[in-house]
Amino acid sequence: MTEGAFTADPIFLLAVLGMTAVTYTLRAGGYWIMGRLPITPRVRRGLEALPGAIIVSTILPIVLKGGLAVALCLVVASMAQVILRKEYVAVFCAAGAAAALRAAGL
Amino acid sequence: MLNKNVTLSLQGCVRGATICIPVMPGIIAVGMVFGTVAAQKGLTFLETILINSLVFAGASQFVAMEVYGDPLTLGLVVAMIGVTAAVNMRMVLIGASLRPWLGQVPAWQTYPSLFVLTDLNWLLALSEYNKGTRDWGIYLGSGLLTWALWSLSVIPGYFAGSLVSDPKVFGLDVVLPAFFAALLVPLWKGKRQTVSWLVAGGVAALTWYLVGGYWSIFTGAIAGAFAGAYLDD
Repeated sequence: MTEGAFTADPIFLLAVLGMTAVTYTLRAGGYWIMGRLPITPRVRRGLEALPGAIIVSTILPIVLKGGLAVALCLVVASMAQVILRKEYVAVFCAAGAAAALRAAGL
Repeated sequence: MLNKNVTLSLQGCVRGATICIPVMPGIIAVGMVFGTVAAQKGLTFLETILINSLVFAGASQFVAMEVYGDPLTLGLVVAMIGVTAAVNMRMVLIGASLRPWLGQVPAWQTYPSLFVLTDLNWLLALSEYNKGTRDWGIYLGSGLLTWALWSLSVIPGYFAGSLVSDPKVFGLDVVLPAFFAALLVPLWKGKRQTVSWLVAGGVAALTWYLVGGYWSIFTGAIAGAFAGAYLDD
């Protein structure tokens, strides 16, 4: 590229602005919709179930992709959390387990 | 409605920022890798800073860089925006689940603050809310710190290419999923969660095998929420 470090391609800027706009719309959109829906007991129960469902759905593909090593690390994290109830200790244990497993070639 | 007593204080922001510090090495490592990828793709320094700080959604930025090509055509621009929307679709659900928490905060405060909404500060805010916290500085403080470090981390990555060439060696790639797994533990209350999570996991796994990509987060989460909503005690 011949451009300087502090220049930007106008078409690239268009892409960045589009990506920013669409991401902000999604960030604010769900919150906005929920302010306009009547919160019936059923909707409330669905909203309560949502966070756990999102977390499970986020983690599972990572495990499927990462294989046994990642699965073991998350088991370590969960166990540490069940016993100690300290998120950062759980994260530290998992990262340590991952480094050890990789060093062992798993 | 549910809580008229939601407040915002500087102490809350500081506490929010403090709580998320253990996860920051993982965020910084990913930000540096993005800087390296951007440099390899031939983005200028300014372009890298802009895309990283404005979009502020890691996974979608990486996927968009896979689509990116030089010269950049309008077709590629549309494709970049499209994959960004697909990867970030889950934000709709994350935002929706924050409504009971932030619904009492004035709109002029919440809507700007939704710019720093990520999985991380969403999850922190939620687990603190369940513990009884009503100071939404937890959400704002952790979001702002994450944004600041994410924005800065791209700089060493851009200039020093292989500083963190492989986050796996230090186990940094499992930091975020491990944090998620840890925060899932206190959310479990009984049968409703078990059923909802099994449904979410089953649908997510099936979607992942059939379609791949990031759709599984969306389908799994919706299925799990429906299971939770329709499971009567």
